[in-house]
Amino acid sequence: MSRASTGTAAARAYDVRRRRAGLEAVLTYAGALLLAAFILAPFVWLLISSVAPLADLLQRPLRWIPPHATWERYHTIFFGADGREFRYALRNSAAVAGIATSISLVAGMLGAYALSRFPSRGRTGLLYLMLATYMTPPVAILLPVYLILSRLGMLNTVIGLALVYTSFLTPFLTWILKGFFDSIPVELEEAAMIDGATRVGALRRVTLRLSLPGVITAVLFGVILAWDEFLYALIFTSSVAAKTLPVAISEFTSRHAVDYGLIAAGGIVAALPPLILAFALQRYLIAGLTAGSVKG
Amino acid sequence: MADVPDRTTGPRRAPARWSWGLRRAALPWLMLLPALAVVGGVVGYPFFRTFYLGFFDAPLLGKTRTFVGLANYLHAFRTEEFRAAVVHTLHFTVGSIGLELVLGVAVALFLNRPFLGQRVLRALLILPLALPTVVNAVMWRWIYNPEYGALNALLTQLHLLPGYRTWLGTPGLAMNMIILADVWKNFTLVALLVLAALQTIPAELHDAARVDGASATQRMRFITLPGIRPALLVALVLRTVEALKVFDIIYVMTGGGPASSTKTLSFMVYQEAFSFLKLGTAAADAFLTVALIMVFVGVYLRLLQSRGVAG
Amino acid sequence: MVRIRLVLALLVAGLIGMAAAQNVTLRALFMQQAAYSDADVRSMTAAFEQQHPGVKVDIEFVSYEALHNKIITAAAAGAGGYDVVLFDVIWPAEFAKNNVLVDITDRLPQSMIDAVVPGAWTTVTYDKHYYGIPWILDTKYLFYNKDMLQKAGIMAPPTTWQELLDQAQKIKDAGIVQYPIVWSWGQAEAIICDYTTLLSAFGGSYFDMGQPMFNQGGGLQALQYMKQSLDRGLSNPASTESLEEDVRRIFSSGQAAFALNWTYMYNLANDPKESQVAGQVDVVPAPGDGTHSQVSAVNGSMGLGITTGSTHPDVAYQYIEYLTSRSVQEKYAKLSLPIWKASYDDPAVAQGQESLIAAAKLSLAAMYPRPLLIQYPQFSTWLQTDIHRALLNQASPKDALDNTAKQVTQSKLN
Repeated sequence: MSRASTGTAAARAYDVRRRRAGLEAVLTYAGALLLAAFILAPFVWLLISSVAPLADLLQRPLRWIPPHATWERYHTIFFGADGREFRYALRNSAAVAGIATSISLVAGMLGAYALSRFPSRGRTGLLYLMLATYMTPPVAILLPVYLILSRLGMLNTVIGLALVYTSFLTPFLTWILKGFFDSIPVELEEAAMIDGATRVGALRRVTLRLSLPGVITAVLFGVILAWDEFLYALIFTSSVAAKTLPVAISEFTSRHAVDYGLIAAGGIVAALPPLILAFALQRYLIAGLTAGSVKG
Repeated sequence: MADVPDRTTGPRRAPARWSWGLRRAALPWLMLLPALAVVGGVVGYPFFRTFYLGFFDAPLLGKTRTFVGLANYLHAFRTEEFRAAVVHTLHFTVGSIGLELVLGVAVALFLNRPFLGQRVLRALLILPLALPTVVNAVMWRWIYNPEYGALNALLTQLHLLPGYRTWLGTPGLAMNMIILADVWKNFTLVALLVLAALQTIPAELHDAARVDGASATQRMRFITLPGIRPALLVALVLRTVEALKVFDIIYVMTGGGPASSTKTLSFMVYQEAFSFLKLGTAAADAFLTVALIMVFVGVYLRLLQSRGVAG
Repeated sequence: MVRIRLVLALLVAGLIGMAAAQNVTLRALFMQQAAYSDADVRSMTAAFEQQHPGVKVDIEFVSYEALHNKIITAAAAGAGGYDVVLFDVIWPAEFAKNNVLVDITDRLPQSMIDAVVPGAWTTVTYDKHYYGIPWILDTKYLFYNKDMLQKAGIMAPPTTWQELLDQAQKIKDAGIVQYPIVWSWGQAEAIICDYTTLLSAFGGSYFDMGQPMFNQGGGLQALQYMKQSLDRGLSNPASTESLEEDVRRIFSSGQAAFALNWTYMYNLANDPKESQVAGQVDVVPAPGDGTHSQVSAVNGSMGLGITTGSTHPDVAYQYIEYLTSRSVQEKYAKLSLPIWKASYDDPAVAQGQESLIAAAKLSLAAMYPRPLLIQYPQFSTWLQTDIHRALLNQASPKDALDNTAKQVTQSKLN
């Protein structure tokens, strides 16, 4: 209801504000759509490519929505002979991520508890030193690690790769967990101990329960980071005994570039576990990201 | 440790003070030991081994190691390949960090206001973040395909481009396209970090400022930016280190080409060690890369401290 | 009674011992889509395992780019690596010098050496020693689309490189296809293969007494030819991003009239399940320049070798002997031509691919090697980069090749 024709300045200001609000809303939703499109478009295209028949993908000019969908590629990946390597890679990725995260979680929790409850400059310095190892490009330590693994007979094994992964998961998980432990007041543990529990008992009853969100966050990051890793897996694995998904996918594309849709399907399957996990636990994901940064 | 009498005959629950004291001191170190062992064994020891190798002429196969002092390091500075790799790495780093910061902050500011669908959009940010790097690289490589790629199709169908282009086949352009793919995935990290920081800035601050007559830009300068500075710096450090180390996306998208224009430091080290079998020079180059990373981090830490932000 | 039981026990123990001694697991490293498909290699291996009970072979397939590095890293680790590896013609020098492969000169009977196509042995030899048995005898041929040539009024495929450009121009002008020629000029070994073919056609050479010769004469002409074909719009610009499978994909979807590719493409391009131009594809040897050569070819063969770290060299030798045997090779001749001279006169081998066999007879005889350098990978990387720079207009062909030559002499490559 426009009151522009009736005179007061206040009324005019109100209308200006309403129009600006209207414009703002339009811009906001346009911006939202743009952002959503920017994020979704490449991924949706990958999805479409995975079910589009090859002839449609190779057609010029390109048709964006193919008339028929083919699930043959997913069938190949999950049941076909050509998908055998991929299935093994899926199993290996899960195994390596699981083992590496478990070990790092234990080491991280112990370390984080120590750092949180027994703060000392020396130990904090060590934490920063551990975090500083992220500055080392993997190529720098590749060969000595390769030789060590080979001498221990752990090349091309899931456990060997998982051990290597713990080296870069542990500092990060320790840091996240320390942040969570810091947020649990010491008084609660001390109260439990006064009530007669040992430190270990206090740890179990109070701290662990309260730090469950922290543990979930740590596990989430551990799995995502381990699933993502490429270079170590490339060099340290050579057969289906231990080859992980990123390596399997990179091999799909090099000399085997026959069916682009199959590569797309492989990518989707490889991406689903971390994506599903991250979406389901997004609260924890955000918490983990901000745990360290907001406090600086 | 304090000098206290032996009370080994005391009650089990309350051990003698001296052993409790020792345990108290040793316990945290013991708890930290597994983490230290893992990191030290897998990263620490090999790190020093590689450093040591940098001073030798060490062919990958064969046991001969000839001490050459600083020759490998000097060789690096003299060769065009190394200088080019540094340039490419910096191109990638500056390009992707710059875009990620700008886009990330913009998106964070945008998503900080409540509107319908804001929650959904925030959740969407997770998609690129959790997508594995190799899948991201493969996805964009398909989009950039010179014959059948979606980018070519889109731009030509919209008549923005006269014909199909070889995005990853042109030096200079190839690296920029890789940067785009990397930014798509990683701007979300910046956005999420900054968004979280924005949400800790109390709304009252903005309201009070507005009442005092501050303009939007003034509010940005004096309230918003200082509020997100720590988050920005964390994002900056994390992303810079990752960018300087970049390997996966290069390997999958271009393998270092075209005309070696996307060959970054990590890729060069990989090639030197495994394709040319020259461990000594590869080790020296790897160390120079680490040095470069340390320089950047050092600069950032200096920035952190000079602005008086807790760090 | 006791005696018989004792004898029986000893017999059983002996048999078990023999069986246990025969329980060998070999680890073999192959390349994906290396002429033979992965499935083919698996069937060959299964047949071998049947013939040799107690022997099992674990096979791995990697991309070509990963093959070299995998062999090297496994060798660096010492024992526990592969027993048998597939290696490229450009690596024997490096592998021999670095003691990666076993010298099997003494195992090869002279009769076998004589029965194999002569050019094939260069694939596995260095310094007069044999480090393996050639398995995939391969070179690049000129594939062309018969229908497209006909539509442009061209009666016969080109016999010189210049003629190729002229025919391509005709096809382009007739509007049949935008970029008539497609090549695998991505920055990888593939581009060196094409460059070598052209270099040999124009009468060039790589080195003479250790001095670089490729930046002049035939070598320079080769690069100028490549550049010219791109500048005139006759070669697909996507070539500089393409590898062999991309070339096959583009050619098979009817987007090129000419392509230079390996043997394996012939049957796949004519397979209706894999190609949209099945039945239209024919092949001739890569042309010469008319003056220095009538045909040109690069030696792109691969051989099977035994690693020095293998703990079962005898069984490994049996395995590679089996795979390279005439019967096995002829059975799979549709994807890779046999190394045995006699096979080429066998009608069963030629059936269905007569033009390929005819072309092979000429091309295989003209195979030109890439430089036998111990540090070949380094040389190749320099050359790839500089050729690319010339093709992508970052340097003139002369300057680009001079740069490579300079790097070679400066580093005292041997």
